[in-house]
Amino acid sequence: MEQIGILEGREKQIFEKKEGAAAFDISCEKTSLSGSVSQRACVFCGSRVVLYPVADALHLVHGPIGCAAYTWDIRGSVSSGPELHRLSFSTDLQEMDVIYGGEKKLYLSLIELIEKFSPKAAFIYSTCIIGLIGDDIDAVCRKVQQETGIPVLPVHSEGFKGTKKDGYKAACTALMKLVGTGPIEDISPYSINILGEFNLAGEAWIIRKYYEEMGIEVVSTMTGDGRVGAVRRAHGAKLNVVQCSGSMTSLAKDMEEKYGIPYIRVSYFGIEDMAAALYDVAKHFPDRPEIMEKAREIVSREVKTLYPELQKFKQALSGKKAAIYVGGAFKTFSLIKALRSVGMSVVLAGSQTGNKDDYLALKEMCDEGTVIVDDSNPVELSKFILEKEADLLIGGVKERPIAFKLGVAFCDHNHERKIPLAGFEGMYNFILEVYQSVLSPVWQFAPRKGGSL
Amino acid sequence: MAVRSAQRRLTVKHAKTATQNACKLCNPLGACLAFRGIEQCVPFLHGSQGCATYIRRYLISHYKEPIDIASSNFNEETAVFGGSHNLKLGLKNVTQQYMPEVIGIATTCLSETIGDDVKGILREYRKQTAADSGAPVLIHASTPSYQGSHIDGFHAAVRATLEALAEKGAPDSSVNLFPNMVSPADLRHMQEILDDFRLPSMILPDYSKTLDGGPWAEYHRIPPGGTATAAIARSASAIGSIEFGSTLEASKSGAGWLESKFGVPRYHLPLPIGIRESDRFFELLETLCRKPRPEKYQDERRRLVDAYADGHKYIFGKTAVLYGEEDLVISMAAFLREIGVRPVLCASGGKSGLMKAKLGELVGDLEGEGMKVRDGVDFSDIEDETELLRPDLIIGNSKGYTMSRKSRIPLIRIGFPIHDRFGGQRLHHLGYRGTQELFDRIVNTVIEGRQNDSEIGYTYL
Repeated sequence: MEQIGILEGREKQIFEKKEGAAAFDISCEKTSLSGSVSQRACVFCGSRVVLYPVADALHLVHGPIGCAAYTWDIRGSVSSGPELHRLSFSTDLQEMDVIYGGEKKLYLSLIELIEKFSPKAAFIYSTCIIGLIGDDIDAVCRKVQQETGIPVLPVHSEGFKGTKKDGYKAACTALMKLVGTGPIEDISPYSINILGEFNLAGEAWIIRKYYEEMGIEVVSTMTGDGRVGAVRRAHGAKLNVVQCSGSMTSLAKDMEEKYGIPYIRVSYFGIEDMAAALYDVAKHFPDRPEIMEKAREIVSREVKTLYPELQKFKQALSGKKAAIYVGGAFKTFSLIKALRSVGMSVVLAGSQTGNKDDYLALKEMCDEGTVIVDDSNPVELSKFILEKEADLLIGGVKERPIAFKLGVAFCDHNHERKIPLAGFEGMYNFILEVYQSVLSPVWQFAPRKGGSL
Repeated sequence: MAVRSAQRRLTVKHAKTATQNACKLCNPLGACLAFRGIEQCVPFLHGSQGCATYIRRYLISHYKEPIDIASSNFNEETAVFGGSHNLKLGLKNVTQQYMPEVIGIATTCLSETIGDDVKGILREYRKQTAADSGAPVLIHASTPSYQGSHIDGFHAAVRATLEALAEKGAPDSSVNLFPNMVSPADLRHMQEILDDFRLPSMILPDYSKTLDGGPWAEYHRIPPGGTATAAIARSASAIGSIEFGSTLEASKSGAGWLESKFGVPRYHLPLPIGIRESDRFFELLETLCRKPRPEKYQDERRRLVDAYADGHKYIFGKTAVLYGEEDLVISMAAFLREIGVRPVLCASGGKSGLMKAKLGELVGDLEGEGMKVRDGVDFSDIEDETELLRPDLIIGNSKGYTMSRKSRIPLIRIGFPIHDRFGGQRLHHLGYRGTQELFDRIVNTVIEGRQNDSEIGYTYL
């Protein structure tokens, strides 16, 4: 088989944990190399994914049609009420707008859409060319806010102005403008915000239920099943609980600075991390020991049902090797632990947007021989999947066909999934999905597993 | 306030500004798809990283195949100082990583707006890499996202490919087929027809294998398949080019360019859907190779005529809302008229300005037939119309699902994209065979509706 090399300029974004390896100094948090076919999207994507689940807001994409068309109803973020977020709105700029400016079109679009849909707020995403053609979207937003009386928030998400992470930040900036504008008098002293949980397949509801059972009030989830009204009251919570830390830590930090609300980082994937997410919150409220008691009760109850179920899969999955490539690095920690609990090892772990601390922690927890990659691409991923003989790839839509072409099982752990993978019941679903793909009889026909070409 | 909102409501009604749930995609998507149909070619977008990634995701969700699209990955400096450095670096990296024969470069709104001289940059790059062995052919299509839609990008890429590769040679007896944006299954069917006529041929683009291929024993940097560059080079020597697409003008098309540059005659047809339009296509092939069609296709036609008879009563007088690319809508409308289904709305997000006239040429007096034609519309418009028209069927890509669910009118999925069903890449639309498949699906949809609604639930129909 031919050797696949690594692109010049990308060598430092790859690290293999083995004896005699050079000191760990992975390069990350930089823009993607031109021509490398990164799996990342852009600044706009970062903003769009964070804000997308706010279901009673208008999300208007200011630019030519593509950006809005490709993000129409794209995520599995569900809402318990309004579903305005599932529609796709664009100013659909044409050549003449590019020449003469798009402000007027933006203004008219906003007025017309706010009239039609009565949203509680509006987010205006600027795309690549907005900065170039000199549209003053801040001014338009101010004007429309004044005329309509709802918050109209510019999101500066020009695709080329940084990486997906800068888009997260722009989204957090917009959210921060809403936080602190709602009434907080009746909020319990035992209250939290759930940050970085997007309610894919109803996951936020699972998590919320646990916390509520513990006697904790969830003031807002940002942004899963999100409501403008809840975000406005978020400053009334006593603790911010941050998942998907890459996207939401900046908001947690801003809220800490402005409102003195501390934050903790958690993950809801896998038994260990899910339990820790409940305990860590309980620890924050030591004056009410019932909360911790209740957390213990929930964990023990859930584990009691879950554990025997997982054992059924363990025998079949033991010794199988997994490759992980997801958006944020923090999630890979949980996935590694979750896979280990059923006897699987991880041979490749990578993310689009991890930072140095993430990768250092990842290196610490990985087995010898594991490859760690930052901002990888299909050629590299295929290379390592083959070299490390992975049986399973965990990733998103763009990674899926790589796995299937090579006769490797796949589990979708990205935003399009329709089955909840968070919480204790999510852990069951996750392992079930892994089992169903790894053990499927279809692989007998794959050329790499002995099938004919 | 009340007065003002009443006034506003009036303006909203008359002039809709924002696009809601677009019934079109952007120009570069079409170009990437077309470039995917050239052998050993890597599509490359000159712009932000997101364009490539979003388009990859969108295409993968339909074709279920790896689709690598490179990007020159603009950053702020690039936007200020121009994309030359990034483009050249990107081309170098793609060459190193993929070892392609061809790189198909399409622009985006960003690189077009800053006014990058892509042709000039590529000239320089070619000069700089002239000594390298295996330097890929660089094709450049201008595809600003603020103009037209994905279908324009598709045709621009096809034309740019010919401009880059076609060469005058000794005349031969081959034909070129420019099939338009059709499914991999359609492409395979077209190839089979041409082969059965024993016509040497080139289909451009041909993503029948690259976007619907088999499993891999080892990693392929670029999926096998696609139109060979040598075949594209010879296209200038063909006896003629067949080009599908009613609204596709010669001045924008591949066949049009071959005709004006090399005198290769252009035979321009609507997409061959339905018996009449398929007849025209087969008759053209018969004329071009001066022999009758193989019996196999006459048999397909016979079976189709027979099926029309067997199924006509289920569908006569039914109405349909039809949407998608203009050329697909026009040919589908002609087919529906042929089987007694009335397309009460023919809608497209595209806006060539030719749709109504071309549709009129195929089906006659539109208004007399109760057919409404609307171009440049989005799904909110189509949904509003559907609510008023209450058709029996909705026919188009999967993006009409929400409307179908809400109105409880069945959706028959055709074309691209089909994101909510399996096997969109394997649907046939063209020729007698494609028409047969469409006809069966339409009849069965009506029968299924009747069966579901029936209190008795007959098991024979």
